[in-house]
Amino acid sequence: MKDKQTRTQERIEKRNERYNDYVEHITPKHSCLKNCAKAFVVGGIICTVGQGLMNLYMLWNDKETAAAWTTLTLVLISVILTALNIYPSITKWGGAGSLVPITGFANSVAAPAIEFKKEGFVFGIGCKIFTIAGPVILYGILMSWVLGIIYWILIFAGVIA
Amino acid sequence: MIGRQSVAFDEPPVITARASVAGKKEGDGPLGKLFDEVVDDPMAGQNTWEEAESTLQEKVVGHLLDKAKVSENDIRYILSGDLLGQLIASSFGLAKYNIPYFGLFGACSTMGEGMALGSMLVAGGCADRVIAVTSSHFASAEKQFRFPLEYGNQRPLSATWTVTGSGGVILEKAVGNNAAFSGKVCIKGVTTGKIVDYGVKDSFNMGASMAPACADMIYANLKDFGVDADYYDRIFTGDLGYVGQRILIDLLKEKGVNISDVHADCGMIIFDQNTQDTHAGGSGCGCAAATLCSYILRKLEEGEFKRVLFAPTGALMSTVSYNEGMSIPGIAHGIVLERIV
Repeated sequence: MKDKQTRTQERIEKRNERYNDYVEHITPKHSCLKNCAKAFVVGGIICTVGQGLMNLYMLWNDKETAAAWTTLTLVLISVILTALNIYPSITKWGGAGSLVPITGFANSVAAPAIEFKKEGFVFGIGCKIFTIAGPVILYGILMSWVLGIIYWILIFAGVIA
Repeated sequence: MIGRQSVAFDEPPVITARASVAGKKEGDGPLGKLFDEVVDDPMAGQNTWEEAESTLQEKVVGHLLDKAKVSENDIRYILSGDLLGQLIASSFGLAKYNIPYFGLFGACSTMGEGMALGSMLVAGGCADRVIAVTSSHFASAEKQFRFPLEYGNQRPLSATWTVTGSGGVILEKAVGNNAAFSGKVCIKGVTTGKIVDYGVKDSFNMGASMAPACADMIYANLKDFGVDADYYDRIFTGDLGYVGQRILIDLLKEKGVNISDVHADCGMIIFDQNTQDTHAGGSGCGCAAATLCSYILRKLEEGEFKRVLFAPTGALMSTVSYNEGMSIPGIAHGIVLERIV
């Protein structure tokens, strides 16, 4: 009896595997090369804007303060573009080029804030604002903590001065 | 009862009224002129996406009552469902009507489920007149299943676009002479689909997860009724889209059935893939429902089709089951529609 059950199970698994291979084969996909090129253009533009802002701010600030102002300005621009519903179109075209820079991060926080405002300031915005950015924040902090410990051990062991 | 999973009615219930309401994008699409009402405001004058979706259902039932010239007291039951958690679009949209209500969940196959059960109620003598209705809304579905609208991301080419729309029918017991119903459409029979799971886990490829269930149901329908695919002028699936259609045709070919000449998909009809950026096609409860109530039933009434198998398809998943790594089982129901001569 058990043997029969296992055999049926195996047959279903084989069928599913074959089916999923077939699906994978016939499902159309975005062209990777084209996407990379678009991401390069969009990401490049965002970073160039950032560099431009940085140079501007450095006219009357030291480098560190200018960098902070640059970050703030990029975040502000991204939030405004999100509110105007323009940012999704940029990402649709540019993919990771606009997802990876800090503007993408700002978009991922601003978008849930807009969407879930209807559910209230506590259970809506409060609970759900980090639904997309949450993992990045959590594991970002965790990784920096892990790397910090490794750094500390390496100093302790005398590998790093 | 015929075969393993079908019913053929001795007294087929008649579709005495049909109504469809759709959003702006659908209104701009190929079926735009056929809808009873196009709601340009995505919020439909409400405060939230969920209320907007409820409004679509409310409007459809209003149109149905007007068209059939009956009051809400003449409706024995209303069968409805939607994609939102705990069916809130239906319960809030239909509350004002005071009609005994059954809430259904069949994902995007809900229109088929409602019509199947509704026609059984009518043919079985448990009701003289029922409404089957369902809805979906692009924004409420995105919010529940995917991302907030303003979040930028790239949709895979296999992804479908949830239809903002609602469709509904009044099913009635045919009393008196048949001539009174000439030119109307009746439900000759139904085939209830099984839950079929081929282990697909990609929620952006719903066509692939639903196609096996649809193939299974269509095969059962042909077997139970003892007919070939060309018995139907058209077989309309719900929202398999371009990817799912190819799979469906291939799967049925493996079983020795060729439907490629008669198959059409509501998700491919409701949008223009080339100009509307909808990738694999439309989806959602409203996709099959609005297409049925604007296009398919009209073509039957006009006599262009004589007999149609309406086969809306659903992906039985939730964000919880998806996050927990479960696969996406599919389902499909078959409604045999025939023009009364």
